[in-house]
Amino acid sequence: MIEIRAVTKSYDDGRPALSDLTLTVEQGEALAVLGASGSGKSTLLNLVAGLDRPTDGTVTVAGTRVDDLSETALARYRRARVGMVFQFFNLLDDLTVIDNVLLPAQLSRVPRREARDRAEELLGKLGIFRHAKVFPGRLSGGERQRVAVARALMNRPPLLLADEPTGALDTASAADVRDLLTTLNAEGQTMLLVTHDTALADACATRTIELADGRITRMVSR
Amino acid sequence: MSALGGIVRSGVARKRVQTLVLTLTTMLAVTASVLAMGLITASQGPFDHAFARQHGAQLTARFDGNRATPDQLAATVRASGVTAAAGPFAVLTLRPSFVEDADPDPAAPLAPPMTIAGRPRPDGPVDDVDLVQGRWATAPGEIVLDFDGAPVPVGHKVAFTQVPGRPTLTVVGRARSIGRSADAWVAPAEVPSLTSRTPEYQMLYRFKHAATDAQVSAGKAAVAAAAPRGALTGTGSYLSIRHAAQRETATFVPFIVAFGILALVMSVLTIGVVVNAAVAAATHRIGVLKSLGFTPAQVVTGYVGKALIPAAIGTGLGVVFGNLLAIPTLRQEATAYQAGAQTTVAPWIDVAVPVLALAAVALTALVPALRAGRLRAAEAIAVGRAPRPGRGRAVRRVLGGLPLSRPLALGLAAPFARPARSVAMGLALMLGTASVAFGVGLALSLNGIQNGIDRNEPGAVIAHTVAMDGPGGAPPAPPAPGPTQDSTASQGPASAKPHPHRTTALGGGPRKPADRDAVARLIEAQPGTGRYFSTSDTRIGLSGLTTAVPLVAYTGDASWGALQMVSGRWFHGAGEAVVPSGLLKATGTRVGDTLTLTNAGRTAGVRIVGEVLSTRNDGMDVMTDAASVAALGVRFDTGMTEFQIDPRHGTDTQSYATALNTALAKIGASARPNDGPHLSTTVVAMDALAGTMTLLLVTVAGLGVLNTVVLDTRERVRDLGIMKALGMAPREVVAMIVTTVGAVGVCFAAAGIPIGMALHAAVLPLMGKAAGTGIPAADTAVFHLPLLGALLLGGVLIAVAGALLPAGWAARTRTSTALRTE
Repeated sequence: MIEIRAVTKSYDDGRPALSDLTLTVEQGEALAVLGASGSGKSTLLNLVAGLDRPTDGTVTVAGTRVDDLSETALARYRRARVGMVFQFFNLLDDLTVIDNVLLPAQLSRVPRREARDRAEELLGKLGIFRHAKVFPGRLSGGERQRVAVARALMNRPPLLLADEPTGALDTASAADVRDLLTTLNAEGQTMLLVTHDTALADACATRTIELADGRITRMVSR
Repeated sequence: MSALGGIVRSGVARKRVQTLVLTLTTMLAVTASVLAMGLITASQGPFDHAFARQHGAQLTARFDGNRATPDQLAATVRASGVTAAAGPFAVLTLRPSFVEDADPDPAAPLAPPMTIAGRPRPDGPVDDVDLVQGRWATAPGEIVLDFDGAPVPVGHKVAFTQVPGRPTLTVVGRARSIGRSADAWVAPAEVPSLTSRTPEYQMLYRFKHAATDAQVSAGKAAVAAAAPRGALTGTGSYLSIRHAAQRETATFVPFIVAFGILALVMSVLTIGVVVNAAVAAATHRIGVLKSLGFTPAQVVTGYVGKALIPAAIGTGLGVVFGNLLAIPTLRQEATAYQAGAQTTVAPWIDVAVPVLALAAVALTALVPALRAGRLRAAEAIAVGRAPRPGRGRAVRRVLGGLPLSRPLALGLAAPFARPARSVAMGLALMLGTASVAFGVGLALSLNGIQNGIDRNEPGAVIAHTVAMDGPGGAPPAPPAPGPTQDSTASQGPASAKPHPHRTTALGGGPRKPADRDAVARLIEAQPGTGRYFSTSDTRIGLSGLTTAVPLVAYTGDASWGALQMVSGRWFHGAGEAVVPSGLLKATGTRVGDTLTLTNAGRTAGVRIVGEVLSTRNDGMDVMTDAASVAALGVRFDTGMTEFQIDPRHGTDTQSYATALNTALAKIGASARPNDGPHLSTTVVAMDALAGTMTLLLVTVAGLGVLNTVVLDTRERVRDLGIMKALGMAPREVVAMIVTTVGAVGVCFAAAGIPIGMALHAAVLPLMGKAAGTGIPAADTAVFHLPLLGALLLGGVLIAVAGALLPAGWAARTRTSTALRTE
């Protein structure tokens, strides 16, 4: 699913965020990326999401060379192939929960009825259907992250990327999200998780790697 | 540096785009305001200002050189009521030819008579003449021409072919006498070369009291009494010149004031929009500062100061640019006023406008700063981040139900999330569109009126009963304006002013005109003649008026060359007449009334069937079929008879005119092709002023949009990052932002157009009234559907142009960076 070959990514001041990194993620796998702050975890995720470009090397996702795509093609790639979950949810505060969830489908011009059915299905599955018409500001952290997960899954992406999905949550909410991600992976969803949360990695990941100074220092498969 | 100073400095330095936009906006707003105030001030009594500055002559008197010596005339300064005098200057009236070399052709065309004064220097206690170009004539062979007269450049020659020895003088300067004391000036030593007879003398006077005709007449009587008996041959009062100048000025004032007010309102509004939005956008940061321990007063001071620094820079630049732009603009205005109005901005404007602009900035910054200062820290942090949830939800729901792409739907709904900001931006757009509508409407109307006035000469070929000066029937040089003194007590606008071409047709001295009917027969016989009619001029009495009025008698079917109608219709035969608005006003008549024409004890009634657009002869012409006055025994000035001819379709106009001219030359008449419409300097100046102001206001409106979109985009950069992360393509981001602004643009441009139209509808009649004419409906009703569509599009374009830059920035921003933005 993901093939990263000899990728180097340097900061603007020339310091390497990732150094000659090579990594493969198979379909159905849940890879957790651990590491201290500044180790290059989020950079790796951004490269796979097409939010950033490597200084050197290639990034291929589901057969597509992501590092080669134009901005417009990257937008299409993100719509179709990737779902993203962020630490701070990144929900649009002025849209209701269901409008937030519908957004990827609307960008992909999925027929309205079909999109709505899918959104309601996801909200129901994630246990937040009753909040469909409220604004995100009125939800708890765990509920907001559920909305973010629902939005990420809206277009049935083959790859789910999660950047510190439990980082901003209390213990109970974090456990809640952990369970959700474990379930999703169990259903076949390929995932790349960037986290400090070893509990999350232990619970969800089929494989764990640890980064330090932009290099893989440890890899554990289960 | 104090914490507060640091906050202000970092706010200005780090928010570079916002600082730049605020600087540019205040700069343009102040530029527009300085220009507007300068124009308005210059339009307030430009003649009086210039006349006072030049110590203009309130009475210009001419004396017979054979009856009074220069010393006797100089002594008239002691006449009762005289406060100052200049002269005596030898003065004479000659018809010049404007030529390019020193060896003029004796048959060179003659310009109308020109008053030439022998004057050693331009300055003096009275009539302190402005030397606009070149230098004063101090040596033999030099002449200075009136700046508002014939457009003869410095270095060209002026020949006097009717004077023995045909002296030729070089134009060394062009000067302006507000009191129109002369059309040209030479060194006193030059005068004997221009006349073999004793010249007349000119004296220029100022009186203790000269505000009314009666006071000027009293001064004139005192001067006449002080001079040797019978020496005073003619006088001219400044009041008649002032009257004409004020009418010219008054035509301009309504539109200058309208544009000026638009510029001022728009400047204040745009400053308000920009500053308010800048401070409001900082609410989140204000909350953070308060949480760190800043007091509300420190917050308010800091944010007002932060707005004032770029505003002060912009204001300073605006004053400089306003003054620079004012020089050509005020010069244009001065050209139109022909009164030498001021061409620099009054110093008090350079002080008042910046003070008011900075006060406006401080006040508009103060309101949101105070609001933010009062907010609790947590509240400020929360408020600053995003629009209040729920705003515009209903609109989003409706738009969501429409078959629109998501970026478009989001873009259309966005203005409702921040309604106050959208309305403020919309108002700037509305005024910008109103300015464009007003400016375009005004230009179209003025050009329509100009075309209407040009219909004085509708024929493609024009024939005269006299030979034209110059080879090939080429039109001679245009006449020099300015009063020509004669033996009447005053020269004023009431004196008949024939059409320029008719005047010049008389050039070359007295010539016997050809018979009108003989000319008509030759035109009739000329192959290629299509249709034609003739007009003959004279003056005729009119019951109810003490002075004669100009009469234009038409022979032949003139309906194809009818003047533009303000109301009613063109005359269809004997007994019907059309008249301009001026005559209707002077006689208190209306269309449908009857005028009684009188001549040598005979009378004839003509019914007014139409009001025509004409400002010739102060709008006092009576135009009728020649048969209407046949019984009155009027004698037409045959030299004034003019034929308007349209050759048959397919006939070459130039060849036809040449052939006809050859045929007419045998009987002393002439023909020439119509050299087309003559651009009025007033209309050109008005068009240029309207264009300058419109462009300036449109730019201010565009900057208002740019600023709002910059702030909005900065605020929403995280949201935009999320959308990009979810798969929104860069061009969809641009489309969404442009749609947001475009939607506001459409609504407010649509509201701005009627405002511009209303302003146009209010101002145009005022301008017509000042010019002494009604405005034809065709020239008022210029806002047709295609134009309205174009204006609406123009409003949207202003909006889109202002939004494109920040939209492009938003589209280019790296998603990962945007997502990290708080």
